[in-house]
Amino acid sequence: MEFFTFVGWLLDNPDAGFLPKFIGVAAAWAVGITVFVSVAALFFVWLERKVSAHIQCRLGPMEVGPHGVLQTLADGLKLLAKEDIIPEGADRFLFALAPILAFAGTFVSFAVLPFGPDLVIADLDLGIFFLAAVGSLEAIGVIAAGWASNNKWSLFGSVRAATQVVSYEIPMGIAFVTVAVVAGTLSLNGMVESQNGMFWNWLVFRNPFMPIVFISYYIASLAECKRAPFDLPEAESELVSGFHTEYSGMRFGIFFIAEYAAMYVVSALAVVMFLGGWYTGIAPVDAWVAKSALLANLVGAIVLITKSFALVFLQMWLRWTLPRIRLDQMMYLCLKVMVPIGMVCLIGAALWQGIAGVPADLMGDSQRPAFPVVGSISGLVCFLVATVGGWIWVRGAIRGTKSYQLANYKS
Amino acid sequence: MHQVFFWIFASVAVGAGLLAITRKAALHCALSLVVSFVALAGLYFQLKAPFPGILQVMLYAGAIMVLVIFVIMFLNAPEEDPSEKISKPGVIASVFLLIPFAALLIGVILHSNLPVPAAVAPDFGTVASIGTRLFGTWTWVFEVLSLLLLAALVAAVLLAKKRLD
Repeated sequence: MEFFTFVGWLLDNPDAGFLPKFIGVAAAWAVGITVFVSVAALFFVWLERKVSAHIQCRLGPMEVGPHGVLQTLADGLKLLAKEDIIPEGADRFLFALAPILAFAGTFVSFAVLPFGPDLVIADLDLGIFFLAAVGSLEAIGVIAAGWASNNKWSLFGSVRAATQVVSYEIPMGIAFVTVAVVAGTLSLNGMVESQNGMFWNWLVFRNPFMPIVFISYYIASLAECKRAPFDLPEAESELVSGFHTEYSGMRFGIFFIAEYAAMYVVSALAVVMFLGGWYTGIAPVDAWVAKSALLANLVGAIVLITKSFALVFLQMWLRWTLPRIRLDQMMYLCLKVMVPIGMVCLIGAALWQGIAGVPADLMGDSQRPAFPVVGSISGLVCFLVATVGGWIWVRGAIRGTKSYQLANYKS
Repeated sequence: MHQVFFWIFASVAVGAGLLAITRKAALHCALSLVVSFVALAGLYFQLKAPFPGILQVMLYAGAIMVLVIFVIMFLNAPEEDPSEKISKPGVIASVFLLIPFAALLIGVILHSNLPVPAAVAPDFGTVASIGTRLFGTWTWVFEVLSLLLLAALVAAVLLAKKRLD
């Protein structure tokens, strides 16, 4: 049973040399992940400024280092040197604990997030559940931060964060279940392995419902990392800076790093679930790379991180393009639009999977589709029915909204 | 090693549970409950039952507690109201009332002759075993249970709806 091999090994082998080995492995992973998270966060902050600047026809940071690449490092030093203020009347214990909780929630996700075929701390056979579980723990840190600050704006921010969590988690969970149904596993490594071969074997192209599921997951993931258009908990134009208004110095810095690490986590998860993980999507290249374990891990890590960074760039692009939506609009979108669409996609994907089976050219897979033609035709019918039905329903839903009626009234 | 982990998780779970019923600020209680749930999940993990453990974290510590915190923040009850201080005689009286029940419970536990549980199957508590049981052996029970949940859901919607027309 492939479960938490590391902990199993830890508990079952208390023999000689156990402690040094345990400390060695744990320290190696912890240091590696910490370095990766810090460097990625530094890079993302710089990238965010550059992307925002270029979208707004500015240059962004240019002074520190070539094209300002060292700007975040300078800012980090500034944050380290700043005074750490705990406001009067704040709940001191929770105030200190909240950034740690938020950071730990994100950091723990890396325990199951693979970087390459063997580059994963624990290949849990319920990896995706694990991520869903720790994701909600991170939100508790954010909520505690706002509540402990003894500040109205912070409290508003954390109420919004709580509202957002109960809204986006449902469509996200449905997306997870759909992916699990199609991939046939809950393990993240297993999911990637079910996508080998050419890029049309990637889960996002597996059947007509998967692109919709991907978009739905992506929207929910934007809400999870509190990115625009879902940056309601920190909405700086309304709530000063929301749940972390009262935080200064490195406590704020930890929130900042946690947010950028969360951006990487959700993007890497999207890559693992939908975009082929560490596979390049060109079957001969993957087959050639897989001959050597070292090469497979190296190339795999580069491919996976590149894809994830591309999705992070997309998040930034969206942030500087879209306006923030209101809280009620966010709830409407998550609960009344994405949940029904996700349900339709779940049923459709399950039907398609049952009828069409897995692609024939998956490497080393014994489970071949029985009637690919029949599957494709029935799947097409399913897709058409779902599209037409969905279109009629979405139109009805939009016509029911107040803003639509207002717009019609004015014209 | 198992013993050490067990005592860590167990003491954290009990300690956080005690905090959850003794703290006055409602949010502190809720967060202590989260800690208690996570420690319980640790115990499940230690029993090599990862699926219940993850569900414990995801559903109880995650979803349900976020909902509870959400409600606490929305109601925003005034914390530490001095008039609501617990009276000392009340505490003493409740402890005395508790003693017979505790004695009864301890006596029953000490005198019971429970069979020693047999060793569980190696796949106990894994996703695969729970899945095959749930959707293989107990499919119809599962479907009936899901009907029950659906009925609860419909009832909730009906209750939340303001106008019935």
